[in-house]
Amino acid sequence: MTARSAAAIASLVLLTSVSACTNFFEVPIETPISAKMDVSAFRRVLIAGFISGGTDDVDANLETVRLLRSQLRSKSALRVIEAEVLPLAEMVADKAKASVQGGEPAQGGIDAVPSLPPAAAPTGSDTPAAAAPSPASGSPASGPPATSADVRIRTEKDLEKYQSIFADVAFWKKIGEEYENPLIVTGTVLFTPHQTSGFVTRNIEQYDQLGRRTVVPIRTYMERKGFILTPKFIFIDGRTGATLHSETMHEEILYSAQQNTPALSSYFELMDKVLPTFLGTLSSQKVRGTRVLLR
Amino acid sequence: MALAAFAPSVYADARSDAKSQVEFGIKVAQNGLWKEATYRWQKAVELDPTYAAAWNNLAIGFEHEGKFDDARQAYDKAVTLDPKNLLIRQNFDLFKEINDRAKRRSDR
Repeated sequence: MTARSAAAIASLVLLTSVSACTNFFEVPIETPISAKMDVSAFRRVLIAGFISGGTDDVDANLETVRLLRSQLRSKSALRVIEAEVLPLAEMVADKAKASVQGGEPAQGGIDAVPSLPPAAAPTGSDTPAAAAPSPASGSPASGPPATSADVRIRTEKDLEKYQSIFADVAFWKKIGEEYENPLIVTGTVLFTPHQTSGFVTRNIEQYDQLGRRTVVPIRTYMERKGFILTPKFIFIDGRTGATLHSETMHEEILYSAQQNTPALSSYFELMDKVLPTFLGTLSSQKVRGTRVLLR
Repeated sequence: MALAAFAPSVYADARSDAKSQVEFGIKVAQNGLWKEATYRWQKAVELDPTYAAAWNNLAIGFEHEGKFDDARQAYDKAVTLDPKNLLIRQNFDLFKEINDRAKRRSDR
């Protein structure tokens, strides 16, 4: 036996014994998580529009529609319908105006105002018919504002006045018919500025005499400002006009008071956090991870 | 008496057969053939139901297919058979994290 063949045999024995000792194998796995909604009955999706408010710096209706459409185009099997964004808040206000004037709302066509109950009628237990005007919104507390120019939504309470549109089955069915019975996505988006102050724990890097790095938590008083995003996504069956599913989310972000972050950047930052949940409603997702197989 | 003497060798054979199924399953899983792997690990636990590693691998196979109830049962079995095995526990914990998330989604 030559020295070379002896070495080869020795390395083979070593390799065999090493692999024999390996009793576990880490493998990547993708765990499928099925979609919350069964959308197999739909081939198309219409992101109709949102009732939005909070700040004038961002048109949350337009931006949300644009963002969701672009996301669904690449991350969903549903075909995204390109259509004009519905100004739902204005539509509700116009409808209220028509009701106040005593005229019957126009019927037929998707640009017709929705068949909502009269503005004077109570829309909920906390919205009395003869309430005083709301100081926050400048609109009557009992219903949506009398003209579309008055649409100014600042708080969740302001939004409540417009909620009845989502229960208007006839309105959504009409829109569904117009677009060949798609899945309709609508809802509300409240994007409000937020300011807070208090003690915050921050990690500070420190180096000792030997140059060793340590991280020390330090509590400091800080004034911070940012935004709160509260979207409510409502999924409507375009064939019947009925609500299939709805989901409310809440995200917020705070920066130091000195930092000047544009509202639109904050909006996208917050929407990034919300999007996986939204997409997970319509399409199945895969969670990547690792597991250990044993011998 | 003869039966008693014969029994250990039967178990040894079962374990050895199960082990070869497990090893083949690992090989094919590493190549992405998870269905085949799951089938092999299913065979392994049929051959030797006391083989904790086979139950662990089977649980992973089920997890990969999105069969969460089956995966939980298989992990339960693996942990019961080998409660001190930290790798099985770690796999089970990771599974539970994802499974709970999926459950929360469906409950909403």
